[in-house]
Amino acid sequence: MSRLGKITRRTLLVGAVAIAGGAAFGIYQIRRPVTNPLRPEEGATLNPYVIIDQSGISIIAPRAEMGQGVHTTLAALVAEELDADWDEIRVLHGPPAAAYYNAALAHGALPVPEYAMRDWQRSVTEGLGAVTRLLGLQVTGGSTSTVDAYERMRHAGAGAREALKAVAADRLGVAVDRLRTDKGRVIAPDGTEIDYRDLAEAAAARPVPKVALRPPAEWKLLGRSLPRTDMRAKATGAAQFSTDIVLAGMKFATVRICPHLGGSMERFDPAPALAVPGVEHVLDLGDGVAVVARNTWAAIQGAEAVQIDWTPSPLPATTEAMFDQIARAFDEKPNSRMRNKGRPDDVAAGVEAEYRVPFLAHATMEPMGATAWLKDGHLTLWVGNQAPREHEKAAAEAAGVAREDVTLHTVFLGGGFGRRVETDVTRQAARIAALLPGTPIRLTWSREEDMRHDFYRPAAIARMRGAVADGRAVLLDAQIAAPSVTRAAIGRLTGRNIGGPDKGHVEGAFDQPYAIPNYRVVGHLADLDVPIGFWRAVGNSFNGFFHESFIDELAHAAGRDPLAFRLDHVAPENPVAAGVLEAVRDLSGWGDPVPEGVGRGVAMTWSFGTPTAVVIEIAREGRTIRIARAFMACDPGQVLDHAIVRAQMESGLIYGLSAAVMGEITFSGGRADQGNFPDYDALRMHTAPRIEVAILQDNPHMGGVGEPGTPPAMPALANALFDLTGERIRSLPLSHHAEFLV
Amino acid sequence: MTISLTVNGTQFRTDAPPETPLLWVLRDELGLSGTKYGCGVAACGACTVHVDGQAVRSCQVALADVWGDVTTIEGLAQGERLAPLQEAWIRHQVAQCGFCQSGQIMQAADLLAANPAPSDDDIDAAMAGNLCRCGSYSAIRAAIHDAARAMNGGRAG
Ligand code: FES
Ligand code: FES
Repeated sequence: MSRLGKITRRTLLVGAVAIAGGAAFGIYQIRRPVTNPLRPEEGATLNPYVIIDQSGISIIAPRAEMGQGVHTTLAALVAEELDADWDEIRVLHGPPAAAYYNAALAHGALPVPEYAMRDWQRSVTEGLGAVTRLLGLQVTGGSTSTVDAYERMRHAGAGAREALKAVAADRLGVAVDRLRTDKGRVIAPDGTEIDYRDLAEAAAARPVPKVALRPPAEWKLLGRSLPRTDMRAKATGAAQFSTDIVLAGMKFATVRICPHLGGSMERFDPAPALAVPGVEHVLDLGDGVAVVARNTWAAIQGAEAVQIDWTPSPLPATTEAMFDQIARAFDEKPNSRMRNKGRPDDVAAGVEAEYRVPFLAHATMEPMGATAWLKDGHLTLWVGNQAPREHEKAAAEAAGVAREDVTLHTVFLGGGFGRRVETDVTRQAARIAALLPGTPIRLTWSREEDMRHDFYRPAAIARMRGAVADGRAVLLDAQIAAPSVTRAAIGRLTGRNIGGPDKGHVEGAFDQPYAIPNYRVVGHLADLDVPIGFWRAVGNSFNGFFHESFIDELAHAAGRDPLAFRLDHVAPENPVAAGVLEAVRDLSGWGDPVPEGVGRGVAMTWSFGTPTAVVIEIAREGRTIRIARAFMACDPGQVLDHAIVRAQMESGLIYGLSAAVMGEITFSGGRADQGNFPDYDALRMHTAPRIEVAILQDNPHMGGVGEPGTPPAMPALANALFDLTGERIRSLPLSHHAEFLV
Repeated sequence: MTISLTVNGTQFRTDAPPETPLLWVLRDELGLSGTKYGCGVAACGACTVHVDGQAVRSCQVALADVWGDVTTIEGLAQGERLAPLQEAWIRHQVAQCGFCQSGQIMQAADLLAANPAPSDDDIDAAMAGNLCRCGSYSAIRAAIHDAARAMNGGRAG
C-alpha cells in the first residue's frame, strides 16, 4: 500500500465516531484530490470517468449494473457535458478504487426523517459524504447511485470537454470560446473538425478546467428515455455475467457448505464424489467442500455425493422459536425512539394489533457465482458485485495474496437487490483458485445453495397502538422488534461494530410524513444470529407494511375512506407526499364504484427520498384471487430517464408483491426449508398485475428509484384484501390466509 | 463415447457423459454462455433453447436425448441482423438485469412460431414458466405483441 494510503487509514481509525444508525467517521483532509485509478494501456484518461482511445470514448460507471439501468444514466451524465455520441460510447464497470466512493450513502446518516430535513441538515449530510470517500465505500445500494453521481459525473464530462477544447484551440490557433463540440469532435468556426481521439493524449496532460454545468434546459440526453447501453448485449445473449467468462483450461466448481446455519463440517468422505464421472477434486473449505469437475453438472452431482457429517446449528430449532426470540426484544431496553411526539402514554388505545413478517431470500435470478484464476501469484476475478473494494479485499485474504496482486473485474449482475454486497462467493472462488494455482475456476452455486446460504431479510414483529377521534388519528404508537441489519451488514462491510440508535431498523415507520399529534416509534433490536443483510428497501420492506397496514386500520376505525384519510394527515405535513396520493387517486379512479368481487387497497411510503403511492386492485376469479391492476405514483424530483424510472417502479412493485403473496423462508434446525423456486416462487407473467405509473417531479430533492416501489406494494395488497374480504391480515405471506392465483 | 450435436448450424462432438443436461453441455463444454442456469428443476425458464424448433428447458434434456438441431439465443440472429423479437426487445427496452431474457426470448420465439398473433391470454399461457425476478413482464408482453405485428408485416396481432 502507498504511504499516503497508510497514513489515511491510521488517521481514520483515530477519528472514528459512531453516528446514529450508520457508520460515519471523522472528517480528515476531505479535500485531498482522489487518485485516478485508470491506467489504460493505450489512449488517455482525463479523469476517473473517461477514457479516450483509438476505438473511441469509454465512460466508467462506478456503480454496478444489476438491472436498474445505472450504466445508462451515469454514462448520460458524462456524455451530456462531454458531447459524446451516444450511439458510439462504451460503458465499463469501474475497477475497485477509493475514487469511486459513494457519497450519497451517508445522506441517511442523520436521525431525522428525510422528508423533513432542513437545508442545513442536508449540507451536514453532504459533509458526511466525504467520510464515505475516506472509507472508500464503493457500494451500489440505498438507491443512491444517481443522486451521488449527479454533479460529479457531469463535472467529469465538462472538465474533459474543456481540456479537449483547450488543446484544439492551441492547435488551431483559435480562441477556446469560439470552438464548439458535438458528437465526439471539436468544431472550429470555419468548420474544421478534430476528433476527440486525436486530442485526448495531449488533453490528459493538462490541468482540468472547472466549468459551470449546463442548465437542464440545454440538455440533449438527460431527461429523455435513452436507449440503454446494455440492451443489445442482453437481447443477444452476449452480456457477460459472473459465470460466463470462457478461459482456456477452465474447470468448473460448485460448493456445498453446512446448511445448518452457524454449524460447520466435522468430517467428509470425498470417495463417492470422486466416483462421479468428470469430478476431479474435492476440496476442504472448512465449513464445507468445493467440488471441481469438467463441467458444472458433474460438480453439482459430485457435491451431492460427498458424504459429510455436519455439526449442528446454534440457532433456535424452529421458526416459531425464532419469533419468540424476536418477541423477547420487546422486554429489553429500546434501542431507539426516533419519533416521539406528544404524549402517547396518555392516550387510550382504541386499536391494538400485532404484525409479523417472515425471513425472505433475495433469490436473484442468477445464483451466486464467480470466476477466479490465480496465475504466477496474481489473482484475477470476474464477479458481479455491489462493493468491488470489499470483494477485492476478501479475495486477497482468501487466496493469501496481497491486494495489489488482485485484479477484480465487475461484470453484469443477474440481479443484486442487496445480496451482492456480500463477499462470500468471491472468497470461495479465490480460495478454490488458490488451491489449484494456474487453473481458471468457474464457480457456480446451485439454486439450493443460493437459497440456503442467503443473508436474509430478517423476520420482524410490530406492536401497534392507535386511536382515532372525529375522523382523525390521534395516536400511532409503534414498537418494532427485529435483528439489526445495520449491525450485521454494515458491520461485515466495514469490519466495525456499529453502535448507537439504529435508524435502518425503524426506517419506513418513524420517518413517514403523517401529522399525528401523539406519534411514537420505538425500535427494539433482537438477539438472533440468522445471517441477515440488505434486501431491497431494507427496513422499509417490513416497516412499510406495518405502518401502512395500521394506518388503514385507523382509517377504517375512523369510518373514513382510506385514501382521503391519508391525505388529511399527509397534506399538512408534506405537499410532495400529498401529491403522489392525489396522483394515484386520479390515475386509479379511486372512489369510483367497483364491481362485485373486486377489492382495492392503497398505501404510501416515503423511502430513499422518493414518496411512492400504490393502489392495488384484486378480483375474485372462481375460487382464487387475481392481482388485476396496480397504479403507482412516485415523485423522485428531477427525472433523468423516464423509462428507467418506470421500469424500476414496476420492478420494485413486483418484487414487493411477490414477497407479500408467497415469500417466506422458514428454518428447521437452522436450515432453510425452502431450496428452489417451487418452494419460493414469485409473480409470473400470468399472475403479475397490469401496471400504470405516474412520475411526478415536484420533489425539490432528487430521490432514488430502485427501492421505493417495494415497500408500499405489500401493504397496498393486504389493504385490498381487507377491502375484498373484510378480513385484516397482519402477517405475511398472504397465501397463508387467502388463495391467490398461482 | 462421443456424441455429436448441431448447435446454431455448427456440428459439435463432445465426450461429456450422455446423461449431462444439454444446458451444461452448451455452457461449459461448448462455451455458449448465453443460455442461463436459474434452477435446474424446470421452474424458471432461464435455460430455454430450441430443439428441432421447439422450446425446451435445456436443464431437463440429457445430452443423449437431444433429438434434433439445437438453437440457442446466440443463433437467433441472422449474422448482424437481429431476429424480430430481439429488435422488439430493444425497442421496448425490456431487459433489466437481463439474466432471464435469453430464456424469455427463446420461449417467445416458440410462441410466435405457433401463433403469429397471440392474445394476452396466449402470452400468459406460453410465458408462465419463465420467471423474471426483475419484474419486466409488462415490457415482455408489449415486445411480444410488437414483434408479432412486425412479423405480420405491420398487421394487427
Ligand atoms: S434452469 Fe432450467 S428451468 Fe430453470
Ligand atoms: S431481467 Fe432480471 S430476471 Fe428478468
